[in-house]
Amino acid sequence: MNHDTPRGRRRARPSPVALAAGTVVVACFALAVFGPVLAPHAEGTIVSRNIFAPMSAAFPLGTDYLGRDMLSRVLYGARFTIGVALPATLLASGTGTLLGMLAAVRGRTLDAVLSRAMDTLISLPTLIFSLVVVAALGSSITVLVLTAAVIYTPGSYRIARSVAVDLSATDFVKAARARGEGGLAIMLGEILPNMVMPVLTDFGLRFVFIVLLLSSLSFLGLGIQPPYSDWGGMVRENIEGLSAGAPAVIVPAVAIAILTVSVNLLIDNLPGRGSRHRGA
Amino acid sequence: MAHDAGVSGSHWHVEVTDLLVTAQGPAGTPTPIVRDLSFGIARGEVLALIGESGSGKTTAGLSLLGYARPGCRIAGGCVRVGTTDVLALRRSQLADFRGANVSYIAQSAAAAFNPAQRLLSQVIEPALIHRLMPRREAEEKARELFRALALPDPVRIGERYPHQVSGGQLQRVMAAMALITDPELVVLDEPSTALDVTTQVEVLRAFKRVVRDLRTTALYISHDLAVVAQIADRIVVMHDGAAQETGTTGTILDDAQHPYTRSLLAAAAPRGVPETTDPPMPPLLEVTNLTAGYGHRRALIPVLHGVSFTIAPGRVLGVIGESGCGKSTLARVVAGLLPQASGQVLLDGQSLPARVEERTRDHLRAVQIVFQSADTALNPARRIGPILARPLRFYHGMRGITARRRVAELLDMVRLPRAVADRFPDELSGGQKQRINLARALAAEPRLLLCDEVTSALDTVVGAAVLDLLAELRRELGLAMMFISHDLSTVRAICDDIMILYAGQRVELGSRAALRQLPRHPYTDLLLSSVPQLRPGWLDEVGSVHLREASGEPSLDDGVRPCAFFRRCALRIEGVCDRATPPLRHLSKGGMILCHRDEAELSRVEACETVDLASDAPTIHGCE
Ligand SMILES: Nc1ncnc2c1ncn2[C@@H]1O[C@H](COP(=O)(O)OP(=O)(O)OP(=O)(O)O)[C@@H](O)[C@H]1O
Ligand code: SF4
Ligand SMILES: [Mg+2]
Repeated sequence: MNHDTPRGRRRARPSPVALAAGTVVVACFALAVFGPVLAPHAEGTIVSRNIFAPMSAAFPLGTDYLGRDMLSRVLYGARFTIGVALPATLLASGTGTLLGMLAAVRGRTLDAVLSRAMDTLISLPTLIFSLVVVAALGSSITVLVLTAAVIYTPGSYRIARSVAVDLSATDFVKAARARGEGGLAIMLGEILPNMVMPVLTDFGLRFVFIVLLLSSLSFLGLGIQPPYSDWGGMVRENIEGLSAGAPAVIVPAVAIAILTVSVNLLIDNLPGRGSRHRGA
Repeated sequence: MAHDAGVSGSHWHVEVTDLLVTAQGPAGTPTPIVRDLSFGIARGEVLALIGESGSGKTTAGLSLLGYARPGCRIAGGCVRVGTTDVLALRRSQLADFRGANVSYIAQSAAAAFNPAQRLLSQVIEPALIHRLMPRREAEEKARELFRALALPDPVRIGERYPHQVSGGQLQRVMAAMALITDPELVVLDEPSTALDVTTQVEVLRAFKRVVRDLRTTALYISHDLAVVAQIADRIVVMHDGAAQETGTTGTILDDAQHPYTRSLLAAAAPRGVPETTDPPMPPLLEVTNLTAGYGHRRALIPVLHGVSFTIAPGRVLGVIGESGCGKSTLARVVAGLLPQASGQVLLDGQSLPARVEERTRDHLRAVQIVFQSADTALNPARRIGPILARPLRFYHGMRGITARRRVAELLDMVRLPRAVADRFPDELSGGQKQRINLARALAAEPRLLLCDEVTSALDTVVGAAVLDLLAELRRELGLAMMFISHDLSTVRAICDDIMILYAGQRVELGSRAALRQLPRHPYTDLLLSSVPQLRPGWLDEVGSVHLREASGEPSLDDGVRPCAFFRRCALRIEGVCDRATPPLRHLSKGGMILCHRDEAELSRVEACETVDLASDAPTIHGCE
């Protein structure tokens, strides 16, 4: 006699918010690839004598502090903003998650060593660290990606480690250990599937931080080098237009906001199971 | 009390008519979870609502407070408490009504208290919020309630914080909080389910006395008929959201009409597998002088002290003891999850390495552990199919279609539909999860199953079904088991031998039959006499239980380990039991105990003062 009462099955469908945010994110990524093709002007050419021009038919997003077409610059800039921030975030989040999980599963010594190393990294002032690295190695996309990744790995590590520590104390991990499973199998088979949601949430946050870091580096002249510029750099270089309400400063800022907000909205509204098992 | 069941009229103090509560179903359509429920409670009466989980007891109980859980809606019917039509109250009126007129005591008191505030201020809060009395008066009243609820040191216990009292005491403090406003109705939802038997008796006794003295009208929700038999005047049996049968406690117990009630009774009645007397075989598992604990080697906090036992192939050893006595720790050591400090674990006469990493795959396969809480033992991110397929691949190298076929067989084996393989754990009920847990262990084709409280989180009927399954599997597969539980009747239903742990010491070990006979270790005796019986009035008959914190007495010198039960023992010998290690005594009934009292002394005293509850037909022994 079995009086168990099963609960109904729930299949998750993506929410409208997730769909909308996803569309925007995909559009931004498409810009990063096809932006240069779509742009009416080359990104460095001065096309108007009017600086900080308002929106017009000729220049739909106005012109910047040198009289360059803002639409073209924003289309080109997507390449740098996304092209640097995305790999850097992937790298930071991936490394942090992997190391965090290793620290949680592999025992005290590794945990102590890694945690100490991460604490040291986190205590370095971000900008000074980047300054030294970029000054020593020169500014290139690779250097920027690696610098940003190194700076934001400890944060990901801490989150991942604390989630993994909680998960390793659960009975299903104990059951796997009692079965005789090795550390790798436990990490990949038992722990990682339950970390997806916290790691993704953290990813969204790091992505925002890295976009902002890039713009501060550009401001110091350490980021993307002129005449090229990422969105953050555009805000900085056109900052004088702010008092005039020039689109040149507002448009890239809005572009950053749209990108980062939609990445986070997408992650927070992802369909699927992970969301209900955070930190299990 | 002469309330006739079924006669409805205005003489009920609390009345529920045609209650309908619906929940949002899978397709968005409301499905009833409580339907056509009607009952009345007379003033000063205790009505029990009994049924397994999912039967709608709690939902029905909450509707008396005008409350429906998120996703549920009270869709019809009438609830009257005193002169108040509860369902007609507006939101603001409800807030006044709850707490002041109706109060609720939940299963887990710990969750209801703020850990950072003293007990007294939390207990009097409802009275202050509803402005029923000044603080001074409320505090005085709280102390009176503490006294009535038999709490130790009623004057000062309110100054403590929640973590400074035991679970049973906290449950009683919560009752004080519920009673401080002199409510017209108290709803008690499984208030003693989470407690140990010895604690439960005290709590039940306190509840019963208070309810009787204050003439409180109460609704007592439980899945345990034996508990309800002690405290309720009348019983409503619920199944599938509807009342199946209503009657006085006596009629329900003696003359149940409805088949579902009978199945509940059958699940609660003591049962047992036939006594087996196999020829002695070399043991499958042998544990000798095991000491284990937590912490580092230097600062080890010992939990188990010199535990020894054997399990022969195909036999089941029950391990009983109260919470924290080290039962799970024992299972962990045998499974290799916790290395022992000293002592040996032998499988087939071969010593097993202490750590799981050093054991061979064959060792690991032979011993499988089923964890206490089915909820956390299954990976929430994986479907049942892969969860079961994992050990198949790990131990037997099965994959693909072979593995899938075996998964289906395993599901058959634990009596679950094969389609369950596509579900996630949180799409299963507690009982179903526990079956999956079991199936995962069986996938290894073990020779010894370590079952840690596999039924304690389940209701009587679901739990009984899982027990039946275990008994069947044992017969079919010739499995040996170590069956851990704090519930004696569960252990008695399935075990050949029983070991009783107290504060990490093995105080008694013997066959199930031997345990039924006197003499017993004093702790065993206390444990046996604390199990509620399906007999109204049992609670009033049992002698007062010595309820004190279990504590390992400090070791005096090296090797000297005085009796841990000393402070609670009625038979203690001052200056002996607390000074010297109790000797191991082999009893003539079979089995052994750890006690300074010899067999003759124990027999004499126990026969005189205890009700022999271990036998299937309880009798009261007279004093010679
Ligand atoms: N990981 C741990 N670290 C330190 N102490 C622990 C740990 N696990 C358990 N303990 C302690 O060891 C003692 C025995 O715990 P154990 O879990 O074996 O009890 P139990 O008999 O299974 O209780 P229950 O019936 O509540 O499950 C308890 O005092 C507990 O607080
Ligand atoms: S040794 Fe003493 S205190 Fe312990 S159980 Fe026996 S009589 Fe009681
Ligand atoms: Mg336990």
